[in-house]
This record gives sequence, C-alpha cells and structure tokens, in this order.
Amino acid sequence: MEIEKFLLDYDWTVLAPELTILIAATLMSVVDLAMGGKADRRFVAWIGMAGVVVAGLFVINYMDREPYQILADTYRLDDFANVFKLIILAGTLLVLLVSQSVLKRSDIAYRGEFYYLLLTAALGGMMMASSADLITLYVGLELLSISSYILVGTRKHVLKSTEAAFKYVVLGATSSAFILYGMSFAYGLTGTTNLFEMQNGLTEAYNTGYAFFVLLSLVLMLVGIGFKISSAPFHMWAPDVYEGAPTPATTFLAVVSKAAAFALLIRIVLVGYSGLLNAMDQVWMERIGLFFVILAALSMIVGNTAALRQRNVKRMMAYSSIAQAGYILVPFAILGVGLFETVAFYLLAYVFMTVGAFAVIMHVNRMADTEDIRSFAGLYRRSPWTAAAMLVFVLSLAGIPLTGGFVGKFYIFFNAIAGQSFWLAGIMVVTTVISYFYYFEIVRQMFFRPPKDLDQWRLPAGVAAAVVIGVVGTVALGVMPQAVFDYLSQLQLTEVLMPAENQ
Amino acid sequence: MDGVIVLTLLTFSPLIGVLFLLFVDRGNERRLKAMGMMATLIPLVGALSLYANFQTGQEGVQFKEEVNWITFTAIGSMGQPIEFPITYSMGVDGLSMPLLVMTAIVTTLAAVASMYIKRNWKSYFIWLLILEVGLLGVFAARDLFLFFIFFEIVLVATFLLVGKWGYVHREQAANQFLIYNGIGSGVMLLAFISIWFIFGTMQYDELIERAVQLTEQLSTMPEMNWLVLGTFIAILVAFGIKLPFFPFHTWMLKVHVEAPPPVVMLHSGVMLKMGAYGLIRFGVELFPGYVTDLAFFIGVLGVVNILYGAVLAFVQTDLKRVIAYSSISHMGIILLGIAALNVTGLQGAVFQMVSHGFISALLFFFIAALTERTGTTLIPELGGLAKSAPVLCGIFLAAGMATLGLPGMSGFISEFLAFLGIFETQPVLGVLGVLGMILAALYMLRAVLGTTFGPAKGRWQSLKDTRPAEAVPMLVLLGFIILIGVYPAVLNDPLYVTLESIVARMGG
Repeated sequence: MEIEKFLLDYDWTVLAPELTILIAATLMSVVDLAMGGKADRRFVAWIGMAGVVVAGLFVINYMDREPYQILADTYRLDDFANVFKLIILAGTLLVLLVSQSVLKRSDIAYRGEFYYLLLTAALGGMMMASSADLITLYVGLELLSISSYILVGTRKHVLKSTEAAFKYVVLGATSSAFILYGMSFAYGLTGTTNLFEMQNGLTEAYNTGYAFFVLLSLVLMLVGIGFKISSAPFHMWAPDVYEGAPTPATTFLAVVSKAAAFALLIRIVLVGYSGLLNAMDQVWMERIGLFFVILAALSMIVGNTAALRQRNVKRMMAYSSIAQAGYILVPFAILGVGLFETVAFYLLAYVFMTVGAFAVIMHVNRMADTEDIRSFAGLYRRSPWTAAAMLVFVLSLAGIPLTGGFVGKFYIFFNAIAGQSFWLAGIMVVTTVISYFYYFEIVRQMFFRPPKDLDQWRLPAGVAAAVVIGVVGTVALGVMPQAVFDYLSQLQLTEVLMPAENQ
Repeated sequence: MDGVIVLTLLTFSPLIGVLFLLFVDRGNERRLKAMGMMATLIPLVGALSLYANFQTGQEGVQFKEEVNWITFTAIGSMGQPIEFPITYSMGVDGLSMPLLVMTAIVTTLAAVASMYIKRNWKSYFIWLLILEVGLLGVFAARDLFLFFIFFEIVLVATFLLVGKWGYVHREQAANQFLIYNGIGSGVMLLAFISIWFIFGTMQYDELIERAVQLTEQLSTMPEMNWLVLGTFIAILVAFGIKLPFFPFHTWMLKVHVEAPPPVVMLHSGVMLKMGAYGLIRFGVELFPGYVTDLAFFIGVLGVVNILYGAVLAFVQTDLKRVIAYSSISHMGIILLGIAALNVTGLQGAVFQMVSHGFISALLFFFIAALTERTGTTLIPELGGLAKSAPVLCGIFLAAGMATLGLPGMSGFISEFLAFLGIFETQPVLGVLGVLGMILAALYMLRAVLGTTFGPAKGRWQSLKDTRPAEAVPMLVLLGFIILIGVYPAVLNDPLYVTLESIVARMGG
C-alpha cells in the first residue's frame, strides 16, 4: 500500500472551479444578509454570474491535461468532467442572466436565496461530473437535488408551486433511495465505493454466481437516474413540477439538472460497470441493453405523444424534455464508443435551444399573464425579433436542419444506425415527425394567429442577452459543428475508463 | 468563370433582398412590394446568364464547387470507425440547369403576382425569398445531404407562407402540408442513409459511378437485395408524396385551394417538380436496374394518376380544384415518361416538368387575377367574362390550350415525347394514358368555356380587364410556353446529353 497522503499534499488548484462557485455562493448569501429587506437583489445575481464565468475560465484553463485524482481517489478531474462542467456552467450562467431581469416583479419572496441556490445546485452537478466514487456522486446528487427542491418551491404563496415542490421532494427522495439501494448492492458485492475498483470487483462478482445481484444494482440505480433525467416511465413528476416551478427554476431543471444526471449516468455505466461489458454473456448483455432500449423508446413515444395534448406551454415543454431525454438515451442503448461525443454534443445544443426557448416562454407568459399556448398568439406582430428567435429554437427542438438540434439528433441517429439499432433509429424518425405537430403549434400561434392587442413586448436586457446567446449557439452548432466534433473526438476517452496515476 | 463560386452566389442571392427588406418600414407597402419584386430579379439574371454560359452538348457537371463541411463519425458494431461526410457540393448538369432557370423565372413572376397579397408584405417577401433560396439550392446541390437541407428550408418556408397568407382554411392546409411532407422528409432521410450505406458516399458524381457497379455487386451479394429494393421503394414513396402521386395527393389539393396564388404558382410550378426531379435523380440514376424491373408498375402508377386526376378534374366546380386535379393528372405523364425507359420518354418527362411549371404558374396567375376581381373561383357563379375582360380570358384560353396539349405549345411537345416513348416500350399503358389527354380536352374546355363564354352574368359586366402589370408577366409566361412549343431545342440542347447517359446506364 502506498504512503498515506495528507490533505495538503493534494494539488488543490485543480478544484479552482468548484471553489470559485462555493466562494461566490457564500459571498452572495452574506451580501444578501447584509442588504436591507426591500433592497434590489439583482446585484446578487451579478456576483453569481461573475463567479460562474470565472469558474468556467478555470475549467477551460484546465482542459487537455492528464486526468488527476484527489481526495483519496474520490474526486477526479478529466476532460470528460470538464466538458460536462462547461455545459453545466453555461446553463447556469444563462439561467442567472434570465432570472436577474425577470424575477424583479415576480412573486418569489426570497430572491437572494434563489440566486445562490442556483449556484449550490450547479456545484452539486459539477461534483457529479467529477466523481470517481459512489459517495461523492451521491453527495453531489443530493446537493443538486435539495437545492432544486427549494428552487421549485420558491413561489411559496402560489399553490401550484408549493404542490410541485412537495411532489418533487417526495418523488425525488424516492428516486434517491433507489439509487442508494442500488449503490448498496454494488458496495456489498465489491467492498468498495470507488468506481474504478468496482470495475474488477463487479466482474468478479458476476463471474462467481452473483450475476443477478450485479444487474439488480445497476437496474435499481437506473430507475433512480431515470427519474432524475425525466425519462419515461419515471417521468410523471416532470409536467407538474415544470408547470409549478418558477420558469427560471424550470429552465434549470430542464437543462442543468438533466445534463448533470447524464454525467452521473455516464460515470456509473461507463466507469463503474464497464468491466462487465466484457464479462457478460450475451443473454445478460441483451437484457441490460433492453432496459435502455425500453427507457429510450418509451421516453420518445410518451414524451412526443403526450405533448400533443398540452395547452400549457410549460407542460408541453416538460413532455418535450421527456422526449429529448429519450433521444439522449439512444446512445446508451447502443453502448457504442461514440456514446460520450453524441451525448455531450446533444446536451450542448440542448442547453442553447432550451434556455433560449424558456427565456422567451418566460417573457411571453409574464406579459400575457397566462401560461396557455395562446399567449404566443401574434407574437410576431408584437415583437418580430423575439418571434424569429423563438422560431430558431423551436425548429432546433423539432430537429430541422441548420440548427444544433438537428445536427445533434442526426449524430445520435447516425450512431444508432451504425450500431445497427434500427428499431430505435426508426422510432426516432417517427416520433420526430410526430413532434412537428406540437412544436409547430408554437409557430402557428406566433405567426398565424392574431394578437389580442398590438402592445409591443420588449425583452428585458438580461432575457434578450440570453436569447441572443441561445440563437447564436444554436445556429453555430447547426452550421459549423465540425470544431466541436473534432474537439470531442480527440478526447482520449479510454483514459476515462482508467484510474489516474498521480498517487 | 473558373474559381468563382457562381452557384453559391446564385443560390443565396435572394438573401440580398431579405437584407434590404429588413430595413424598410413595415407599413411602406409600395416600397416593400417594389423591393420584393426587384430582389427576385437578381437570381433571375444570375440564372439566365448561367444558362447562357452553360456548355450544351457537354456531358457531366458544370460550375462545380466542393468544400468539406461536416463529418459525422460513428463506431460500427464491429468496432470499425464509420465516417459520414457531408460536402458542400454544388453543380448543375443538363437535368438541373433548365429547372434552375425555370425556378428563377417562376419565382420572379410569382413575386409580381404578389401584388394581390393583402397584408404583411415585409415578412411575406422575406419568406418568399428564403423559399427561393431553398428551391434554387435543391436543384443546385450535388450532395444528398445538402439536397435534404435545402429541401427542409422549402418545407418550413412553405408552411409559413401557406399558413399565414392563405385563404380561410389556411392553417388546416399548412398542417396537412407539414405532416405529409414531414413524413416524406423522414422517409427520404432514411433512404439517403441507406443509399450511403449501399454506395458509401453522398456525392452525386461518385454515386453515379458506383451505381453502375451496383448490379454486379448485387449478383454476388444477394442478401443486399432487400436493402437496395427497400431503399428504392423509400425513394419512390418520399418523392411520390412530393410529386404527388395517388394516394398521397390529398394535401396537395388543400394547398392548391387554400394557399395564396403566388405561393401556389411556386408550389405547382416548382415544388412538385422537386418530387419529379428527385425521382429521376435518385430513383432512375441510382437504381437503373429496379427502374427497369418495376417499369410496368411505375407506368401503372402513372396511368392511375393521369386517369384519376382527369376524371376528378372533370367533376370539380371550383376552378382551383380543376387545375389542382389536372396537375395530378399531368404528374402522371412524368411517371409514364420515366417508365418508358428510353431517351424519348425521359425527355418527355423533363419537358413536362418544365412545361407544366410554366403552364400551372400561368394558370394560377390567372386565378389570382380572377379572384382579385370576382372574389370567387366557382365555375357556376362565373361565365361570360370574355365580354368585359377579353385579354384576361384570352390568356386563360391559351393556358388551357397549352394544358390540353395543343401543338405549338410546350404541353404538346412534352406529352408527345412522353407518349412516343411509352408507346415504344409499353403500348398498352400508352393507350390508356392517352385517354387522359382526351379527358384533359374535356375538363379544360369545360372550365374555360364555363368561365369565359356564355351570357355575362349581371355583376360581371363591368369587370376590369388586365392592367399592364398583370398582362406583362402573363404574356412572358405564355411566351416561354410557346417558345418551348415551337423551338424545343432551347430545352433539349442542354438536356439531351445528360438524358442519354442516364438511359445508357439503364441499359436501354
């Protein structure tokens, strides 16, 4: 055994992004406390944004280095984590940007809290991306989850919001319990919580007659994670929570939570259980594959068909987000080597288009004072540029060419075909055509229907900035995705599967 | 013109107009209309000068451009890396050049016909110009995927144009358009991917080279037969929806009735040709073997289309529906031409594409002028219009004559060639198809006479005849129809070599 390491022996600079977020969140809470009861809290959001930007710069600065592990191998820094951290930070930044200009008139009682809870949640997500150990993974997950529960319930005088928060807490805790239960089996079988040590341990357990328990542990975890990424059949909470939560929190759930949960899924499946892929016989392999196929197919079908009947935009977006989770699950069902690239690219495109769409939805709903889809009626007449931007987001979500959503979806689709998963590819195409119905309903409302009156709706500066970033990102990823492809594919993913050797 | 990216400039030149339109006040009707119409002149001049510089009689692609654009990579089930490259590849050959020119001409005239549009001119012209980018791109692309992207631009732009500026049931029509064509696009995407699997490339030139070897390959690998056959059928369905052939035609009737007339001019004139173009380009060029095998089936489809369209056109009371059904009937002639499997037949098919493009554009221009004046297109309510508006009715009569194939007009030469072709190889189908031409004379004359002859009904007695702004574009279209009719070489010269090489590959 190696020599004992002390806390100070680690290179703590690698934690700079996480520490920045932590410091920013602390600073924000202190400033919030010091401010008067009626003072304008938007300043707090600016601290948060600065913190996120600095953290992002630290992450970028750390990219392209060898993987490095600290804290007794529980925390790992590699490019896989960095890519996900960037996605999470980008999402958080955009959400902060939107909420700082929208929250001022809304009914959230504790705005200061709202801002720094976003940061703590993001911190949890970053931990999930960087974990090499079940314990850290779980701590990150709970930090993200608990922060999200509160975010959902911040409109405490609104019945729907309170109900949504309650639902989210109960179901979220249940799903956490599933994940924990699954983890306990993994620990029981291998005697370790370290994901890299689990690789061998699980294989050994599998070959010595514990195959059923190995798979049980994985399936239990997948059930829990299925809830977190809102994939069918564990999606029931999503429409209610998306509807009840304040829209910035909804955006955060749709984008950042989902990205983080996918990071978690990749960590567990690719790192923890990767040893099994070689050990498993065909039968078990098919059963595991089948589980993912069912998750992916059900999410695509349920999400896209249930969205057709929604008249509330946020509920519709919730089902859309379930459908999108289905698309992102397709690479897992194939378990090809392209898994990471396709998922990361899609999530990146997803951040831009979803945040942009929610930013517009938030603005429109507030101005029309309703969340009904009809609030979009005649948006083109009221503010043509906003309508044009929304058109870009909707086209991207629907997967029309020249947008990031299309490229991402096609990338997944192509990998599915290359992996000979023709059924899933077929379902993808069919459900995409179905999705035209409801995505284009927004277009219909915006362009075809007359507005109630001709008031001009101007976007607040923060929302406008987020929308512009969303449009630029969506179009750039749709027209010139090659640079991102190249970057993602040159990452040495085989390294992700190996423990770092810095001890 | 080496080193100049002429086709890219041409394809995206409508965007110049979009840029200018953005800076015009939305209420300034006259300037918006003038600008929208002027903007379509840029691609028109471009397309005409390209046609002038096109080397007829030369085989292969001209004005070629090629840049690597996006490469999707995946790992196959055997662990081998698979690359899916998309090249930004443009070029025109004898088949696409005439269609490109026709697109530019019809778009300009549709822009002129946009004088009948009542509201929101600014966004209307912006979308019309974006639509033109898509249409030009579809014919200029030399990469399957690029084709698909332009195809989707057309889809989105048309959806908005139909749904916003159409008549009463416009939204329903737009929805139906979206769903049918969305399904078509989905099938097309699947077909393109399996084409890529079969041939290993997405570029037309390489595809055509490899298509020649396909028959030999199939004889050594019989298990691939199903995939190839499936792909061919998928292509048939995808473009069949667009063409449209029976039973996929219902959406097209809705669009023809509900969409604003300038959009119908483009839709009937150009977009239906995208389907026919795709059939020839991807169906005939890439799978010559199957076209030969299934020639009879395709011919039957053609005959069904011709007769079904003609019979239903005969019983319609709405002028728009008469023309819409006649379009279905005339698309059948394209299928017959393809099924003939010889140069003459294919010539007929392509002639029909271009000719029908001009004729239906003219007919719908007339409809626009008529609706502007009378507010109705129901034949029983009309009648005797020739008394008060002789020029307008004269033009309608001429267009009708072109539709039913009067010698000296483009309709005649197209039908003549197509039937000449099919009689050579499948005379039975030819005989049945010709019945459609007799029916065409019936329904067209009935429609024309019902509208223009007879006693003038009271309220139509003081109808205004054509203004110069209307007469000029109509006469231009008529001019093209007659030009092709009396001097077919204008179309045939660029076309012939390309078609010959296509037929040579079919082994015909």
